[in-house]
Order: sequence, then structure tokens, then C-alpha cells
Amino acid sequence: MTQTLFEKIWNTHVVEQRDEETLLYIDRILLQENSFHAFDKIRRENRRVRNPKQAFAFSDHYVPTRNREAGLDGVTDPEIRNMIELITSDTRDYNIELFGLGSDFQGILHVVGPEYGITQPGLVIAGADSHTSTHGALGAYAFGIGSSEVAHALATQTLWRARPRTMQVKVEGKRKAGVSSKDVILTLIRTIGSGGAVGYSIEYTGDSIEDMSIEARMTVCNMSIEAGARAGLIAPDDKTIAYLKGRPLSPNQANWDAAEAYWRSLTSDPEATFDRTVEIDASRIVPQVTWGTNPEMVTDVTGQVPDPAHEKDAERRTRMVRALEYMALNPGQAIRDIKPDRVFIGSCTNSRIEDLRVAAQVLQDQTVRIPTMIVPGSEQVKRQAESEGLDTVFRKAGAEWLAPGCSMCVAINGDRLLQGERAASTSNRNFEGRQGQGGRTHLVSPAMAAAAAVTGQFEDITTYPGAHTWIL
Amino acid sequence: MDPLIRITATAAPLDLANVNTDQLFPARFIKKPRAVGYAQYAFHDIRRDDEGNLRSEFPLNQPRYSEAKILVAGANFGSGSSREGAVYTLYDAGFRAIFAPSFGEIFASNCLKNGVLAVALPAQIITDIQTKLATLEPTMTVDLQDETIKLSSGEIIAIPLDPFQKRCLMEGLNEIDLSLEFSAQITAFEAQYRARFPWIAGS
Repeated sequence: MTQTLFEKIWNTHVVEQRDEETLLYIDRILLQENSFHAFDKIRRENRRVRNPKQAFAFSDHYVPTRNREAGLDGVTDPEIRNMIELITSDTRDYNIELFGLGSDFQGILHVVGPEYGITQPGLVIAGADSHTSTHGALGAYAFGIGSSEVAHALATQTLWRARPRTMQVKVEGKRKAGVSSKDVILTLIRTIGSGGAVGYSIEYTGDSIEDMSIEARMTVCNMSIEAGARAGLIAPDDKTIAYLKGRPLSPNQANWDAAEAYWRSLTSDPEATFDRTVEIDASRIVPQVTWGTNPEMVTDVTGQVPDPAHEKDAERRTRMVRALEYMALNPGQAIRDIKPDRVFIGSCTNSRIEDLRVAAQVLQDQTVRIPTMIVPGSEQVKRQAESEGLDTVFRKAGAEWLAPGCSMCVAINGDRLLQGERAASTSNRNFEGRQGQGGRTHLVSPAMAAAAAVTGQFEDITTYPGAHTWIL
Repeated sequence: MDPLIRITATAAPLDLANVNTDQLFPARFIKKPRAVGYAQYAFHDIRRDDEGNLRSEFPLNQPRYSEAKILVAGANFGSGSSREGAVYTLYDAGFRAIFAPSFGEIFASNCLKNGVLAVALPAQIITDIQTKLATLEPTMTVDLQDETIKLSSGEIIAIPLDPFQKRCLMEGLNEIDLSLEFSAQITAFEAQYRARFPWIAGS
């Protein structure tokens, strides 16, 4: 019987079947500060954590990005401080490893997971965060869960799951210089809508995906959830194997050959069928900028804000009108004429070293015209960037070089937009209030965000003389 | 978890697609302990204007729907983040059943774990129910045993339920207890799995 990559992983993890529901074995459980409800439940019901070594916790959502030398004392808001203290005491109580403030490997869970070797091909990973789909870039079946399911996974090392349908997203063609993997995933969401993949597990295939670096693939898988898919996978290849070599939790020498052989078997069989296939021509993509309050409300940087008057569907028209009102934009306005007040480069979507290298190439010998925050995804990314001198480029340009965390993507650590402020942001959600109550978000790639920092507006960076040298 | 067998209550139509969990429960409230009561946070920012006043056009602000325990919502309801607080806000505000053309999947799972029925129905049926709620007496009876909705007009609509989910909701089962009944199977699974993939459990 032929199988897709997803089906191979799923079938390897079935413990029991009851009606349509499968009791699925979970290899890794990823936690963050907002998991406190799960620990409350474990404690209240007097449960045991079955395999503490298969759970990993991260301080990322609430950690400050400034004054980090002061440690916890640098966190002045008592409620925020409480969140960092809770994950510390909860993980201590249950003997779970925490990548916390002060750790050499502190950072965003979806950056540190792959970086530390927690994420490996063939694993089933359940994370207390919807962007757990990121880990699919290494060929893992990884999905977000709420607190009750976190508690369930901790207590049983399993979850009940209805098997999702499979969707193949075939991305073919060579991207233009300056077009990043962020533009590819925004194009998919634009094509199928933010609910377009609800009920599906996506597998990304095609020469354009093969051509991407592992980090670029993470950006694609990360935003699968913005298309409605809980998980998005990419089959492991030579790049994946090379990426996994030497990570702290990667298989040791004795197991490496067996692991590698297994990983290489994790591809969809040539004759395997998907419930749905969507094709994207990467060669036609230009840089994308969101204009609305949902990632599907996105268009070409060379385009215009759409006119709700041209929308035939009444419900969609209502949402467009409300989105334009919230975003303070006019129908027909050129995207290039939108003027952000601030720039945020960071988040689990775009805060890895390759993202920062591109931002540095755009900011080299330039000066930012608007306040620009650059937040590396992890302590390791930060150190790597500093060893390459990227921090100097950023500082010389007048941008802020900050400490790792989720920061202004989810805006709960104190970093946030003020009422009415408009941001060019490399994050993943442009929802109303997402980056601060009343804040307005335009999602873009790191190169686009950096260019906006320099000129104060959105630029078609494919026309930049140096664009062909960027690795995106 | 309280068993959910049958509920007769006001149902509110919410004809908006892609209502996300940031709208259901803004992130700045996530750090609040559950004990404070989450009802106050439900739809916090979208039910208010910039000055913080309740917007009269938002259905749940209207006297007609103020006692609603059932929501009939738009497509992709509860999309976005995994925050379970989005369900706590609805539960604490009294909601026990939500119908929509589709749901954010993590949100739908979270509903089930908290005794809230979340059922996807064809878009045309949802639109039809919303129209009737807006024009007729806005009440309905949801019966999990019969797998039906009964509108105030007497019209009956079938709601197909997954047998497993139906049992969990109707018996108010603690799913962890249920799963721990499979401890022997989990242990046996782990033994063969670790032998096959020795590098996974911790190398």
C-alpha cells in the first residue's frame, strides 16, 4: 500500500483505535509560559507526568527583550514576572527541562526545538502553541494543542486524534531574487484562504521547496496554521540530514546510521495520493504585503489596496470594509504608499540567522527612518549574529538589537504597538490588536521589513541591485 | 467536566468569518488566573469601540441575545492561536454549544475538552439558522442523544456527532482517566517503539 509522508508517521504512532479516533503516541511535548493551566490541571487531578524527559519547556512569550542582564529583577510588571516564575517552578516540580532566562539555549520554542535537536524527522510533536507546525520543516508531524491536551499528553504520552485529510502543496519554479519563502507561504494563504486547509495536514513538495534552506522551509511550515492546517510537513533530504548533524539531542554516533536510514525512508511514495493538491508557481510570486486583519488579506507590493465595492460576496465585503477601517487604508491606495511607523523583525516565523543576515544586507551602510526592533529567535541565533558582526550593522543603522523572545509578535512581554501605530512586521498574524490594542500590522518578509525601515514605506525589493545576492 | 446532554437556550447568530482567538480572548489577558472568571474577556475588543463602549451592532450586546448559551457563527471560527482561554471565556460566559461552517481545529479540540459542543454544519444550513434566529424567537434545543437541533419554529436539523466525542460530552468524561485505561497498551507500544527507534526517547 502506498503512503504519504504524513501517513507513514501517523501509522507508526497508533496505540489504539476507537471509532474515528486514534490514540496517537506523542514523542515530544513542547511547553511555554502559557502552559500554566495544564500544570494546574495535572496538580488538581493529582496526575503523574509519564515521561518528563520527553517534555521541553521554554521561556519565550513573556521574557523581556531589554535589560536582560538584570534577569528576573529586570521584569517590573508583577503579572508578567509571575508567568516566568510559574514555568520555572512548574517545570522544577515535574522534573521537566526548561530553556529559561539565562540559559545558553533560551529562545522561542520553534527556534530552539530544531536548533537543539529536539525536532527530528518522523517524530510526532505536540506543542502548546499553534505555530508548532514549524517543526514539520524537518519532516516531523507537529501540531499545536491547548492546555487540556497538554495535560493529557504529559499524563499519558498520547493524544486522541481524528486523522486529518492530506493536502499536497506543490511549489514549482524558481523564485525571483528578493522573493522569500515568506512570500511563498503568504501566496498560498492568499490562494486558498485562511480556512482553506482546515481539516488537512499539508505536505509541501516541488523543486521550489527542495531549493529552500531548512530555515526557509521553517517559515513556510510555520504559517501552515494561518491557512487553517494544524500541521505542514516537508520530507527530509540531504539538507535535513546535514542540519541535524551535531545538534545536542541528535542521535549519537552509535545510532546515527540507523536514524539516517529511517529518515531517508520518510518520503511520500511516488504513487501515493492526496485528498487535495494545490499548485503554486513560485516564479510568478512578487513580494507580498498584508493590507487587512487576516493573513489572507494580502497582495503584491506592486499592487493596490482592494476595493470592497468590487467584492460580490456580502459577508466578505463586510469584513473588508471593517478591515480597511481598522487599518485606516483607502480602497485603491498603492501598497507602496503605505507608511509604517515602526518595524519589527523577529518571531518564530522570521528570527533565525538567515533572516537576520538578509536584514543586515539591506541595512548595511543605511540609516533607519523609523523605529526598528530586531529580536533574534534564540540566544544561539543572537550569538551567531554577533560573531558575524550583524549587530554592529543593525546598531550603526540605528536599529535596536534586542534579546531573544516572542516580543512584539504576540505583544505580551511589554513590547507592543500603541493605539493607531502601524508596523511592518516579519511575524505571522495581522489580527486586530495582535501586536497591541489598536495596532496595525503589515506582514512582510525580513528583506521587505528592513527596506521599509530604510525608506519608511514598502518597496519592491526585487528591483534592488543587491537582491540577487541575498539568500532567502 | 459537566455532562452535556440537552440544552434549551437563546442562540445568537454571529455572521462573521475568521473570528480568531485574539478576538475571542485578547492575548493581554492570558496571564490572568482562571479563578478571576473569564466571562468578562469574551470578545473583549470586538464588542467594544475605541472608547471602550459596547457596540450596539455586535449581536451579543443586544438584549435579544444577552442570555445566549449557543452561538451560530461564521466559517473558520476560533482560528489562530492555541490558547484554551478562548474557550474558557465562552464557557464562563455560559456558552455550551457552537455551530459554524468550520472551526479553527485547535479551538474545536479545546471546546470538546471543556464540555462545549462544537459542530461544523454546511454553510447554507448555518446561514439559514442565522436568518431564522434574527427573525424568529431566537431559541433552540440541542439534543446530543438524538443528534438534533430544534429551532423555535419546530424545524429539526440533524447534527452528526462523532461517537467518541458524543460519549465524552454526554458522560462528562475526564479524558485523562479514559486514556489511562489504556496504560497497558501505551506501555507495550513504548517498549516496541523504543526498541525500534532507540535514539528518540533521549540520547
